[in-house]
This record gives sequence, C-alpha cells and structure tokens, in this order.
Amino acid sequence: MALERTEVEKIAHLARLGLSEADLPRTTETLNNILGLIDRMQAVDTTGIEPLAHPLETTQRLRADAVTESNQRDAYQTIAPAVEEGLYLVPRVIE
Amino acid sequence: MMKDSDMHNLTLAEIARNLAEKHFSAEELTRTLLARIEQLDPQLNAFISVTDELALAQAKAADARRAAGENGALLGAPIGHKDLFCTQGIRTSCGSKILDNFNAPYDATVVERLAAAGTVTLGKLNMDEFAMGSANESSYYGAVKNPWDLTRVPGGSSGGSAAAIAARLLPAATGTDTGGSIRQPAALTNLTGLKPTYGRVSRWGMVAYASSLDQGGPMARTAEDCALLLSAMAGFDAKDSTSVDQPLDDYLAALSQPLAGLRIGLPKEYFGAGLDPKIADAVMASVEELKKLGATVKEISLPNMQHAIPSYYVIAPAEASSNLSRFDGVRFGYRCENPADLTDLYKRSRAEGFGDEVKRRIMVGTYALSAGYYDAYYLKAQKIRRLIKQDFVAAFEQVDVILGPTTPNLAWKLGEKNADPVSAYLEDIYTITANLAGIPGLSMPAGFIDGLPVGVQLLAPYFQEARLLNVAHQYQQVTDWHMRAPAGF
Amino acid sequence: MQWETVIGLEIHAQLATQSKIFSGSATTFGAEPNTQASLVDLGMPGTLPVLNAEAVRMACKFGLAIDAEIAPKNVFARKNYFYPDLPKGYQTSQMDHPIVGKGYLDITLEDGSTRRIGITRAHLEEDAGKSLHEDFHGMSGIDLNRAGTPLLEIVSEPDIRSAKEAVAYVKAMHSLVRYLGICDGNMAEGSLRCDCNVSVRPKGQTEFGTRAEIKNVNSFRFIEKAINHEVQRQIELIEDGGKVVQETRLYDPNKDETRSMRSKEEANDYRYFPCPDLLPVVIEQSFLDEVRASLPELPVQKRERFEREFGLSAYDADVLAASRELADYFEQVNATCDDAKLAANWVMGELSSLLNKEALEIEQSPVSAEQLGGMILRIKDDTISGKIAKMVFEAMAAGEGSADEIIEKKGLKQVTDSGAIESMLDEVLAANAEQVEQYRASDEAKRGKMFGFFVGQAMKASKGKANPGQVNQLLKKKLEG
Repeated sequence: MALERTEVEKIAHLARLGLSEADLPRTTETLNNILGLIDRMQAVDTTGIEPLAHPLETTQRLRADAVTESNQRDAYQTIAPAVEEGLYLVPRVIE
Repeated sequence: MMKDSDMHNLTLAEIARNLAEKHFSAEELTRTLLARIEQLDPQLNAFISVTDELALAQAKAADARRAAGENGALLGAPIGHKDLFCTQGIRTSCGSKILDNFNAPYDATVVERLAAAGTVTLGKLNMDEFAMGSANESSYYGAVKNPWDLTRVPGGSSGGSAAAIAARLLPAATGTDTGGSIRQPAALTNLTGLKPTYGRVSRWGMVAYASSLDQGGPMARTAEDCALLLSAMAGFDAKDSTSVDQPLDDYLAALSQPLAGLRIGLPKEYFGAGLDPKIADAVMASVEELKKLGATVKEISLPNMQHAIPSYYVIAPAEASSNLSRFDGVRFGYRCENPADLTDLYKRSRAEGFGDEVKRRIMVGTYALSAGYYDAYYLKAQKIRRLIKQDFVAAFEQVDVILGPTTPNLAWKLGEKNADPVSAYLEDIYTITANLAGIPGLSMPAGFIDGLPVGVQLLAPYFQEARLLNVAHQYQQVTDWHMRAPAGF
Repeated sequence: MQWETVIGLEIHAQLATQSKIFSGSATTFGAEPNTQASLVDLGMPGTLPVLNAEAVRMACKFGLAIDAEIAPKNVFARKNYFYPDLPKGYQTSQMDHPIVGKGYLDITLEDGSTRRIGITRAHLEEDAGKSLHEDFHGMSGIDLNRAGTPLLEIVSEPDIRSAKEAVAYVKAMHSLVRYLGICDGNMAEGSLRCDCNVSVRPKGQTEFGTRAEIKNVNSFRFIEKAINHEVQRQIELIEDGGKVVQETRLYDPNKDETRSMRSKEEANDYRYFPCPDLLPVVIEQSFLDEVRASLPELPVQKRERFEREFGLSAYDADVLAASRELADYFEQVNATCDDAKLAANWVMGELSSLLNKEALEIEQSPVSAEQLGGMILRIKDDTISGKIAKMVFEAMAAGEGSADEIIEKKGLKQVTDSGAIESMLDEVLAANAEQVEQYRASDEAKRGKMFGFFVGQAMKASKGKANPGQVNQLLKKKLEG
C-alpha cells in the first residue's frame, strides 16, 4: 500500500505536524519505504491468534479513592509558555 | 590515598569498598570525575547537562551519611541519568528541542530511588531524540561519538550513557530499552547492560516512547555493577499501573552461583544471513567459555523472530504517536513564535520542536492507527507479538537462557545509515523480540574485531534478571574483555 | 406528511468520587483555575495513570441498577485528538470493551404510562478541562481542574420518540444516579450533561433518518426545547426539499435555536487503541455480589412499594419516589403518623409549595419530617382540624416549635366537650333566632342550604376550634329539636 501525497498530508494534519511543500516528496518516499518493511507482516498467518497488548497479561490495580495531591499551580506554571490569572493561554478557541 | 588518575577506572563495587575504607571521599571522587567530564566530554558529546552543583551537594550529603554510620553500597556512587528520566528542577530534554526548556517539576521513581540510596548524579546523558534510534545521531544536542573510534556511532538510544561509561567519565548510568536501547549501545561500547522484565522497573517519570515496550535498566562495565544498580532501581511502584508487585531477588547474592548444568539455547535464527561472520565467531567463543564453566548448549528455534521488526515498527510508532501528542506548546516545552491560530500553534510547535526521525515515527504510528488500517497494521502487529512471546515460552521449556549476538554488525560510521532509516531499523533484529515479549535481556562484552567491541546477548524467562547477571558475572570472572578501556580514555 | 421523531441520548454523569479517575487530585467544583490539576492531569511527560477503585465500583452499581451485564474484563482505550482542554492529546475512555453492557431504564410519562428505554452501554472515561473564552488579548484561557474527573457515559438506544419522553428519561436517569449516590446530578454545574441525537422519519418508515447531535444541553427544560426546535428544523428542511446533514449542533438557550458547530465539523479519526499505560480491569463475581448487596432500593422499586404498601396512586408514588430524599422524608412522616395518605397529601401539598416558594431542597426543609408527622397525629386524634392544621404548619415553618407546642401556646386545641359546644350553639341560635324560625319553616331542600349558615356561624363563634363533626351533629339535633 503506497501512500499518496494527499494521504501524507492528511496524516500530518491528524498528527498536527506542519509539513512544508518542499518536504512532501521526501517524506512520502521515506514513509513508503518504512511501510514496505512493515508490510512484510501481512505474509504471516495469524489466524486464531489473539492480539497481545501487554507482555505480562496482568490486570489493572485499583487505587483507593483519596485526595493525595495539593495545589502546585505556581510550581507547575513556571515552565508554561503562556499563563495569565492561573490559566494556560492558547490562541482563541472557536466553537 | 588513591591517585586521581586511578579513580575513574574503578567500578561501582570497587568505589564502594574504597569509600568504605575511606581511601577517598565521595566529594573527592565527584570532583575528579567532574573534571574529567569537563576535559574529555567535548570529544564525545555524551552529556546534555552536567549537574555539578547537584553532584557536589549529593556527594557531601553522602559523605555526611557515611560519617553518621551508614554504609550502603551506592552511598556516594557517581552515576548519570539518561536524559529522559525526569529530574526535579533540572532540564529533562529527551534529546529534543521540544523539551530543551523543560525543567521537570518532579523526580522519576528511578531517580528518586537511586538518590535515596545515596548516588551522586553527575549529569544527564545524551540520547536519540525520544529514544528513537540506534545510533544516537537523532539528538537535538548532536551525535554522540563512540570512545572506541570517534568516527563511529556508540549505538542508541542510550548512546550518551554508553559513551560516558566506556570512556570512564562515570562508572555506571541509567538507560532505557524499548527495542534494544540499553543492550545495543552496551554491545557497541564494550559494556554490560540489562533490560529488565517489563514492569520490573517503574516507568513513573520516564518520558514515554512506547509504553508497552519501554523499560529502564542499568548500564555499567560489569554485571556486578548492574546488579548493584538494579537492586536500587527496581521494585514495585504504585504510581505505575504496569509495575509488577513481586519481591526482588537478591541480585548480588545470585552472582556467585556456579553455572554447572546451565542449559543455554542458541537460536538458529540468530546466526543466519545478515550476521557479521566475525561476530558469530566471537559469540561462539563466548559459548565455549561458558561450557568450560559447566553449561550445556542446545540449538533452538525462534521461528517468528524475522517478523519482529515489522511488528515492532508498528507497535512502537503507534504508541509513540499517541504518547507524543502532549507536546503541544500549551503547558510546557517548546512553543512556536506568534501562532496565528490554534492549529498553527500545534503544527508549528511540533514541526519545529521534533526532529525528522520522531516526526517519521509519529506519522507511521498515526497511519497505523487510522480508520481502515487499524486491523491490518496495529492488530496484526499485536498478533505477531503474541507469536513471538509464544516462541520464547516454548524455548524456555527446553533451556534456561538464550544466547546470541546482540547486534548483527559492529559500530558503524557516523552518518552511514542516516539516509535510509530502514537500514538502521534492521540493526534492532536481535534485541526487539525481548521488548515485544517483555522478557529480560542482557548484553555483555565478548571480544573485539578490528578494535571494535562485540556484544553477546543473553535472554531469560520473566523476572530472571538474577540469572542473567549471574551468567554474565561468572563469564566476567574468567574473561577480561569488560575490563578493557578505549585508547585515550 | 406525518413525521416520527427518533431520539437517542448520551448522558455524561460525573461520578461523585473524592479524587479523579486516574490521579489523586480533588474533584471539587468551583476551585481556582488549575489548582486541582496535578502532574497527571496536566499530562506532564513521564506521568502515568492509576485507576480509582471507587469509579469502578460506581460504574458497577449503575450497571446492576439497569439490569445490565458487567463486563468481567473491560479495557481502557485512547481516543486521540488535539484540543487545548485535552492535555495529553487523547482522552482515556473505553471503546470495544465498556464496563457496562446492555441494560434498560423504565420511565413514567405524565399520563402515568410507562415505557422501557434500552441502554446500549455505559463506559468510564475522563472528563476534559474547560476553555474560557473571555478575552485574554484575543487568547482563550485553559483551566484543567475538571480534566480527569471520572465520567460515566451512558448511551441509550434510539428508543425515545418525543422531547417529553427524552425529558422523562433524563429525569429518571437523574433520579437513578442520585439514588445510587454515584453523581450529584447538578446540571447547572455540569455534573450531568446530555447530548441528544435527533432524527425524523416519515411515520411507518423503518430505517432511521440522518441525525444531528445536539451537544451539552444542561437542563430538563432546555432538553425539551432543544429537541423540539431541532425536530421542527429538520422537518421544515426536508419538507422544503433539503437534506439533514449529520453534524454536531449547539443549543443556544438565549435564542432558542440550535446552530452548527463548525469547529467540530472536521472529519475526525480518533485512532482508538488500547491504552498501554493501563491494564485490563477485571471485575470478580464476588465483588459484584458485594456491590449488589449494597444497592439501595431503586426509584422503580420504591414507587411500586409505595403503591402496594401504602395504597398510593401511581402518580403520587412516582412524585414521592423521584428523589431519594423526598421519599425518605415521606416515609419518616408516615412512620411518625402512620397515615400514608395524609402524609402523602401534606408532603406533596403544603410542604412542596412551601419548599418551592422558598426555593429550598427537601433536606433544607424548615419543617422536619417528625414535626409534620406529629402534626398529622393531632389531626388524626381530633386535636385540631385540617383548617387549623394549616395554621399550625405555617407556625412550624416559621420555627415556632412542634405542633403540640404551637397548639398549646396558641390555644388551638379543638373543643370536643359536647357540653361546651352545646352552650356555644345555644348562644349562636339565640343570636340568630330569626334564621332559626325560617329554617324550621322550610322544606328539606332549603334546610340543607341554610344548615351551612349555622355551621359557619358556629365555627366562627368557636374561632374554628369546635370539632366540626360534633358541631354538625349537635346543631342538627337542636334545629330539628
């Protein structure tokens, strides 16, 4: 399955990665090379095999419902690019 | 009093003895190594940050604890952390521009545990960006050079940890291994490196690449030092849902067990086409040594090994594509100048903040998870993942450990595989199966070819880190490959 | 053409846990921005989620209450999309393996009939933060306090056929989650939010029309208005030869209209996959048995019991059982006075209008259930009449004490001594001798009318305290003499 440029653009948009017109051909080619490697997988017979998501196949541990965190806003926001009145600022969100 | 010129050659175990016998203080040792880093690291580029203030404060605190009667094996032990372990108030860059300004607001569990044991953090070590790579050339901070040949790569992604230890800038460091990122650089720089069982070492505070594969572990010159470090790093952590609540073995005590009766499996797939024949010879020589120690050898088969690379290069990028979505320029990290709107903020911050290899893997992963392709890629890869696990389960019914080469090739020239990412992916062939299955794996020095180190990989069943360290330690009692130092360091 | 409305609802109920679903942050509403956002909630690199046991228990409670199968193994998945109120760039939710499977909820309509609405599934997920659009130099502000609050998303089958049914369903759901104690139901604070999938089709057609999704409708009244508006819009659109587009719309209560949300138009591809940081959640049968044993009596069961045990009408039983607090109050009144009908009348009558007038919740009632029950006892034992009781009730509401204290203090005790009543009547008859003459001269039909006059005079003379029954009886005797 070779990717077309438009598909690469769509993927880049889904992943919110800016991609310049100049980068497109090279990116498309590299991605297709990688997909070529990956597609070798399709030859493997996996009939009746259950997918394995976690190597150990253990189960989720549950945490007691208790408040263990305190307000650390000032410390956490010292590393934020833009804050005001305790809020993180982003370009206007339109709904 | 030991001369400064000798301190850097000591292993962690030797340092512990010297500190206990007061041949030098942790502070003296720290100052010596900091000076050595300042002098030699410019040739290697192994450090992203040297944390001298922190190191001296920790060293003094360690000396004070020792004066007060404490005598822990790691009290005053100098180490470094791969720069994806969060360190409070200290830059944790992950080798990426997007985290260049990220002073982590907290300590990783591994960092916290090692600090509690009294280790001294000399710095944060270079790595492939977001641990994606096997040459340490994708770092925003530049490539790391192999101390055995400065024109060659040290391997990756824990290449900074590997180069720094190999060059005797520090005796041990933390690394992480998602597809071989501890074992492969250990092999290419003549170190011992252990990837523990998935879930053995907490991932809290370890910036994620591929969550179901990532595992932190120790890198050092000897198996004994790895055992020392692992004893402090490993163990249950309630903050990590995938952490395993199972008691730790006594890794140090296990080192001295004799190998008589040890059943070693040699997978025929590990010795096929693609393996440098000289590496094959070196590996077989190590097998002979182990036989002398009483081990028996049997050929086995891991028939699905060949499918591991495609499976891995779906699962890891898929998880990464999601894990790396949080780098959006809103709460931390790099944010582009004057974003025109929200989409522009995302697209430019991420395009400018991430390097090429990271972007490639994000795109591959995004594609593999997208509507219409999920079954053909992600689900298929997970089915193959089960086949690979089943191979190991079957093999370990016949043998105690599996042995083979860590890498198909020796350290390659800087820039050699940059043009073609796929050729670099193929270098992971022997290491990624352990990550897919979640079993522990170790690489140990096993000789040299044309002056370049060769690594042998040992794999064991779940939670048998002690067995791996034991075999490597026994091997290191009868060989001296691991003691050799690169010229000029 | 005759149109049929088809509605399916997605209700997001914030679970009433102390801490968030994957972190130890508090979930208190209304805190200063980002003061309840921990490292995990902020999606800081290297942080990991650990699941809150109480969120799981609450989801199981809900599942058992709607008679659904609880998945013995349920799995969290990541729903990937970029939005500033979504710190990790994915929402941890459940996709293929939700914790709660198919169930149902019976709803009662205004005419007393009931309908069964199917519930497709309910799954656990984390809430997002909030974008505040006040102007920060043309920027939006992001508050992540809400991010990570546990949500139960409850998805109904498209079984609902009118806006009124939709409201009845949401009310029943509201009542249920509050009974179970798993959600405070505060719609104004967003604790219970509703997305409505609305479509229309010609009556008799089996396949569904194209639906529009109306997001975040946050009151019972708005649900009804938003759906009615949307149904009208779709019918007019189709009748004018247009087509309904599958899209997300937002209800604007100020203008009473729905409008398209262009920002959500973009074709989404959420790339769901199992969350690698979380393991499958296994629910043991023994755990479910324990949860089942802890379930309170549910609204439907309570309604049925009120009808059966107390002989209440379906309507009264439904009103009283709608809220656990109201039902508890009623039962307490009844326990004190042992007269369910009187108790129901007083709770639904005087007490409800008092609470409405003062905008109080039942828990804040100025008249306690014991006080009301005590007052009803005095009605029953003829200490006071129903009329006097209203005065006593008002006095109790004003905080003047118990019914007995008020009756005593104000001298409201009913006069039942027949001697006293007789002498009082004699006075009344003497004062109205003329009317007495007329009465005695009248025929049966006229007498009936005039009798009321004498009763009124007698009650007035006794300031309402004379026992009405005795007054009637003695008066008749005296007049007919």
